[in-house]
Amino acid sequence: MSSTTDAGAAPTGAKAGGAHRNRLSAGFFRFIIGRFLLIIPTVFILVTIVFFVMRATGDPISAAMGGRLTPDELQRRVHEAGYDRPLIVQYGEYLGGILRGDLGTTLTDNQPVISVLTRYGAATLELAVLALIVALVIGIGFGRLAAKYRDRATDAGVRFFAILCYATPVFFLGLVLKLVFSVGLGILPSSGRSSLQSEMQFSRLVSPTGLYIVDALQLGDIRVLGDVLMHAVLPALALGLLTAGVFIRLVRTNVISTYNTGYIEAARSRGVSEKRLMSKHAWRPALIPIITVMGMQIALLLAGAVLTETTFEWKGLGFMLSNYLKARDFVAVQGIVILIAIIVSVVNFIVDVISALIDPRVRY
Amino acid sequence: MSESNETTVGVPGDTRLEHLQISKPEARWRKLPIVRDLRIAVGWQKAMLVVGLVITAFFVLVAIFAPLIAPYGYAQIKSADGVAFPTQAPPSREHIWGTTVGGFDVFSRTVWGARTAVIAIVVAVLLSIFAGVFLGLVSGYFGGWVDRVLVVVADAVYSFPSLLLAILMAIMISGGQSSLWGGILASGISITVVYIPQYFRTIRAEVIRIKDSAYVESAKVVGASTWRIMTKHLLKNSTRTLPVILTLNSSEAILTLAGLGFLGFGIEPTAAAEWGYDLNRSVADVTAGIWWTAVFPGLAIVLIVLGITLIGESLNDLADPRLRARKSAGEVVGSIEDTSVDPTERPNSDEPVVEEFMTSQDPQIAVVSRDVPDESRGVINDD
Repeated sequence: MSSTTDAGAAPTGAKAGGAHRNRLSAGFFRFIIGRFLLIIPTVFILVTIVFFVMRATGDPISAAMGGRLTPDELQRRVHEAGYDRPLIVQYGEYLGGILRGDLGTTLTDNQPVISVLTRYGAATLELAVLALIVALVIGIGFGRLAAKYRDRATDAGVRFFAILCYATPVFFLGLVLKLVFSVGLGILPSSGRSSLQSEMQFSRLVSPTGLYIVDALQLGDIRVLGDVLMHAVLPALALGLLTAGVFIRLVRTNVISTYNTGYIEAARSRGVSEKRLMSKHAWRPALIPIITVMGMQIALLLAGAVLTETTFEWKGLGFMLSNYLKARDFVAVQGIVILIAIIVSVVNFIVDVISALIDPRVRY
Repeated sequence: MSESNETTVGVPGDTRLEHLQISKPEARWRKLPIVRDLRIAVGWQKAMLVVGLVITAFFVLVAIFAPLIAPYGYAQIKSADGVAFPTQAPPSREHIWGTTVGGFDVFSRTVWGARTAVIAIVVAVLLSIFAGVFLGLVSGYFGGWVDRVLVVVADAVYSFPSLLLAILMAIMISGGQSSLWGGILASGISITVVYIPQYFRTIRAEVIRIKDSAYVESAKVVGASTWRIMTKHLLKNSTRTLPVILTLNSSEAILTLAGLGFLGFGIEPTAAAEWGYDLNRSVADVTAGIWWTAVFPGLAIVLIVLGITLIGESLNDLADPRLRARKSAGEVVGSIEDTSVDPTERPNSDEPVVEEFMTSQDPQIAVVSRDVPDESRGVINDD
């Protein structure tokens, strides 16, 4: 463990000396263990909240099939599924199932929840990664620009753009992008992940990953790849811009505050060029809070994904979650929520570890 | 230092400040958050604040006078003489922003939507402030296992995508959709549950910072009751960051409400006009090139969020000496020597840095990683 820690520390904390490194591995190990254990209560609490909140509205079968069955039939099915037992017993059973890796089967379309998660999770992952790329490019570029020209027109313009990104609901931005690029100009498709022809091509694959870009590369068909990318542009842009607004502000604030420190002043007085000041001196220390907060944006990104996927009929977890919620398919909803809770907690864990690697003071 | 004019201001080793007493206490209203910030803002930062205030005021006025402004009701699909409105009609003289697929007048619904939005904000923000501030005070002051449990729960709720949580709450409270007040309350409470952790964390962090300070100790020694210490000493001194969080949360509340509506878990169209719902209905219109049903409610959301966010951003910057716009080049921002002699600049300069609330979702971590020159500026308490 300590060797991996050192390997991880080397690229990020290159300035750490040997003595420091030794101290790091001992205390650091404890920090990682402690922080890792915190994931469990977080997920547990969310699972509990979701379970009881969903059950507060009734049992899953009545909620899902309410109008469509006779009361007797309904009663029988509720009893068969065991939903008339005490809530706490069902809760215990559900937790037991989770521990065994069994999330149950969906009520509406009778699929194992695990297979729903893997199938649609890939689509959401693809969207999230693309959006993150958009957000990083725009966020870092514009943020540094604004910091460099602080308090001037460029800065004001960039900040206004950032606030605008944040203020625009992702679904409205999606609709506007659709209006301009697919209805107005007619150059980009307005919804879906790929055209029908591409879908048919994908069905030939022996081991499809569900990530259409990867699948298209597997096929080696440039037209399919182009088609998939064309479909991804607008959703990725919509979701990416939402996150970019936060990133711009984040990068700007942190670069400015490192600019205000003494060692930047010292470097400037030694004659270091402004360009080098930004790229070498101010940028690295500013990265710490940026990485921390970026990790936390994963929650924003996931919430945004639900809205973006609905806007663009991008069949991912968010799209399915919205559908399952409407159908009151509690089992499916619980499964998706658990996955999201795990993703969020793990990302937060990784972020904390990274910031602890970069900055020893974070280790509380 | 904002309230410091009532008593002396002291920084160890800095004698100049000990003579710094203001002869006449300022009028109370001039110390109110936004009023005070308006006075110390300069340049485009002031412009930002003013623009934000104007936009927000505009929406509040629209919300209040919605019945006078809107030509039709929000759920009206027939004119007064019983003729049904056309559906999906482009903007015309009768319907200046066109009509929707359901025959609603877009302009009227957009105007009425302002009312729903403003009510939802007020409900959501008030509820979460009371709950969050109370929990934060108790948790921070008493500590112990209650504190630990609350922190873990708040962190768990906080890390989860807020919109999903709001949807779950909305389903639990109203079973999905409901009447006017039921719907607004359900949305308000859903949003509240999501934002309680933010107030909780901020207040708790402040309380923990303050509770060991000398003046709280001396209050205890003098025999002040726990209640008095909590309300008088802790609460009053830990609310400095609230205006920023409050404004920023209001804008998030609108986005959450619209998100709920867009996904179909918001307020019924016949119960109240809600922009998110209107946008939901316009998704299909857009593909057919019908732009007016999407653009107007969407722009309304953008504008109101923009206005509130501009206020929040300005308050945030003004509270943070490192981010406050400089009056002239070369002036050292945030050092007490510079700011204390200038009476217009003085208030606020010791505001604890609001660690870019918007950007840093976790203030505690962001703070640790940077050197905040708090000590050098001295911590000034007014009790």
